[in-house]
Amino acid sequence: MPDLAALRRRRQAIHGWLLLTPTLVMLTTFAFYPTVATVWTSLFSRGTRRRPTEFVGLENYQRLIDDPTFWLVAKNNLIYAGVTIPISIVLALAMALWANSKIPARSFVRTAYFTPTVLPMIAAGNLWLFFYTPGFGVLDQIGALFGAPSVNWLGQPETALWAVCAVTIWKEAGFFMIFYLAALQTIPPDLKEAAQIEGASRWAYTRRIVLPLLMPTTLFILVNAMINSVKLIDHLFILTKGGPSDASKLILYYIWENAFAFFDAPAAAAMTVLVLGVLGALAAFQFFVIDRRTHYR
Amino acid sequence: MNVLHRIEPFLALLLAVIWISPLLFAFWAAFHASTDAVNFNLAAPWTLENFRTAWDGAPWLRYFLNSFLLVTSVLIGQFLLTTLAGFGFAQVDFRGKDVLFVLVLLQLFILPEVLIVENYKVATRLGLLDTILGIGAPYMASAFGIFLMRQAFKSVPKELDEAARIEGCSLLGVLWRVYVPAARPTYLAYALVSISTHWNNFLWPLVVTNNESSRPLTVGLSIFGAPENGVDISVISAATVMVIAPLLVLFLVFQRQFVQAFLRAGIK
Amino acid sequence: MLRHAPAALMLAAGTALVNPAQAQTELTMYYPIAVGGPLTQVVDGIVAEFEEANPDIKVNAIYAGNYDDTRIKALSALNSGEPAQLAVMFSIDAYDLIEQDLIVPFDDVTDDAAWLDSFYPALMANGQIEGKTWGVPFQRSTIVAYYNKDMFRAAGLDPEKAPTTWDEMVEMGKALTTDDHYGLMIPSTGYPYWMFQALAIQNGKELMSNDGLTTYFDDPAVVETLEFWKSLSVEHGIMPEGTVEWGTLRQAFLEGKTAMMWHSTGNLTAVKNNASFDFGVAMLPANERLGSPTGGGNFYLFKDSTDEEKAAALKLIQFMTSPEKAAEWSIATGYMGVSPAAYETDALKAYTAEFPPALVARDQLEHAVAEFSTFETARVREGLNNAIQAALTGTKSPAEALAEAQAAAERLLSAYR
Repeated sequence: MPDLAALRRRRQAIHGWLLLTPTLVMLTTFAFYPTVATVWTSLFSRGTRRRPTEFVGLENYQRLIDDPTFWLVAKNNLIYAGVTIPISIVLALAMALWANSKIPARSFVRTAYFTPTVLPMIAAGNLWLFFYTPGFGVLDQIGALFGAPSVNWLGQPETALWAVCAVTIWKEAGFFMIFYLAALQTIPPDLKEAAQIEGASRWAYTRRIVLPLLMPTTLFILVNAMINSVKLIDHLFILTKGGPSDASKLILYYIWENAFAFFDAPAAAAMTVLVLGVLGALAAFQFFVIDRRTHYR
Repeated sequence: MNVLHRIEPFLALLLAVIWISPLLFAFWAAFHASTDAVNFNLAAPWTLENFRTAWDGAPWLRYFLNSFLLVTSVLIGQFLLTTLAGFGFAQVDFRGKDVLFVLVLLQLFILPEVLIVENYKVATRLGLLDTILGIGAPYMASAFGIFLMRQAFKSVPKELDEAARIEGCSLLGVLWRVYVPAARPTYLAYALVSISTHWNNFLWPLVVTNNESSRPLTVGLSIFGAPENGVDISVISAATVMVIAPLLVLFLVFQRQFVQAFLRAGIK
Repeated sequence: MLRHAPAALMLAAGTALVNPAQAQTELTMYYPIAVGGPLTQVVDGIVAEFEEANPDIKVNAIYAGNYDDTRIKALSALNSGEPAQLAVMFSIDAYDLIEQDLIVPFDDVTDDAAWLDSFYPALMANGQIEGKTWGVPFQRSTIVAYYNKDMFRAAGLDPEKAPTTWDEMVEMGKALTTDDHYGLMIPSTGYPYWMFQALAIQNGKELMSNDGLTTYFDDPAVVETLEFWKSLSVEHGIMPEGTVEWGTLRQAFLEGKTAMMWHSTGNLTAVKNNASFDFGVAMLPANERLGSPTGGGNFYLFKDSTDEEKAAALKLIQFMTSPEKAAEWSIATGYMGVSPAAYETDALKAYTAEFPPALVARDQLEHAVAEFSTFETARVREGLNNAIQAALTGTKSPAEALAEAQAAAERLLSAYR
């Protein structure tokens, strides 16, 4: 009898591993191995005709720390995250509350909010380029109606990064709205009735009951938004290419540029390691702080 | 407070109009001569000329085909891998499962986008450069999908599973006959999310494709829009409209399912 | 899988059609394009003609975007072992290509000195390094000034007289600037260093040494040049502040947002086809001297290919740069005919007789110098571009920005000395 149980357990284990093998192979090939290889690459110098590749230890990291562009790009990315994350989340929340309430033309409103989400970032870049072009761009034309001077949105360091942020927010808010909508629909309607009977205003109901109930969703969105602030850079290729003078360059774009335009894979690898470190910290935050608070009841 | 209450619908509507306007402008510009488009000549005649110019400017048919093959192959790969893995995590007990699950979840944070440098070398070594498979492969073992499938399979009633086993179904037979049909809505939801993600993906396809035999629409569009000396804004708009049209139509037609899909995918 | 199958079949059928099973040399050529749209068809047409005349050679011409995109794509193809025998790339990529050991000099594959001598010497300058010829001119340009004659008339200026000196340019620019449009736009995204080099030459100073090892960004004459560029907007108000977008400038000019623009001669045909007003083309003005850098793309031969492939690639390059094809390409784009013989063809003779602006770029060649190019050229150039943009947008003073660019260039180039 015990043998049978052991046999069963063995069979289960074999089944389990067999079911997971394809996934593990793919994950190893395209996630774990490249991660390790990135660290390895970052320790070697770039090979050229005159100097072959050699082990240089942390020199690439030292170079990175000495590179003012890297610090500028890191700062840009912090601003990018600091601007796009809170604004997208607040807008997403407002959108969800509106799209979930009884307002006229609700289905149009909902569609309008959500549509940018299904567009490629590259296409969004093209649409917004038309908006931003000085002289005959849409924004300038609207500004001209009110007598505002022409603004070179993408061509000035003070505005370029903001212009890039705006496109990201436009693309992201509707996406996050969906998660809020999902959460709102799980709130039982009797809570609202109860609140009305108690004489609570709509605002008080929203603030005291709805927002706390949305907290887990907000944290989930927050983590996603943080990841996106690293990932969503496609529109840079269309709008600014990181310019003017690096004012709108973000980390992932700089990694791409180093690796594929300057052919300096080690520099790109060193930067990638740093980004992976940040993402790892984010993962730890997700697993140990958020999941503990929201999922284990 | 009451004032705010009154104007709220207008705010909501205003935001909606702002949100949709870039799209409307591009659509409008695509059908007008560029001089009229940049001067907001609302009375200007409509024309298909921009589409003709844009269409002649690049092998769009090829790009469409590539994008179509890409999302199809990614979807097939993802369905296969996430079904097996999700089932393994949900219904099979074995030692090391928890460690493996954490490993899989880690992938949510090791973004394929960030690993472009080494993934490029891997793809090169595997001979996957300039292939549709090369664009799709890094995304097939999707942690998000595995997570989704695991949740779906966990909620399948045990009785169904046992009934099938009594009838003599093998493990894979049970998975195929009981779990997969039961998780159909999850598959649909995941498919829509996956299709829109990969139809729109750009950076990795840019890196891994060198010529038009595998270049998807997004990369084709970016190259079309970046010739040396600048391009006509109406033609760019026309090309953009062309590229987004299929997905947009799909979205507008299946809007309810789409939003439901994202809702479902969003609920953990 | 079922849905997959018809598409796969289509693919297979498509490949079978273009790959007749016969022994032939197959060439892969990457190239960039100047103006969007139909020009890829012009290239395809020329290639098709070549294939017809040489049935044993098959050419895959791959359009890869702008010059940067083309370099990136061609080199990553090579690095990963995909075949590529030739490419049209920036004339200024030569140092990097040599350094990465990717190209062979033309002297190694042909002893046809007469052919190499048949091009304009100014267009050969960027490709001649260490006594060998590494690049052969194909789509080459200089910067020219386009101006709106209607606006000249409206401002009471002689529409046949574009400014010939910096002072005249400022003065006329002021007369031409109205509430509705600017007097002048010099683009400062895309290729700021190129425009800047033109200004620096006119101010009597080169930006780099001939061996690609030294830059002179912090030279007083160079700093003065950048100050002048900035003064056009800040002091004289004839150009918009901030950067001027390279990609949309042609449209701005065509929409009457500026009376004059500096741009590549490669834009000529597009301007000619789309201008709704009377426009003129002139050489750039002088300060100390006249001058413009050359620009554009050269043919390169990649090292990693068989002798047959190299011979076939050479044949293709000779075909595409022959006087007739050069004339055809020049008429279609506005780029220069690359050899004096091209301007002697009936086609180009007839064209320039009817449309004299097509000769301006060629006439300017007399004053032209090699385009800015050094070792590590992409990074050195990026540093210079950033300095220019930082100064124009007012984040740094010209002297400060250029000193930083110079220091960065020194760091990069010291390894090669």
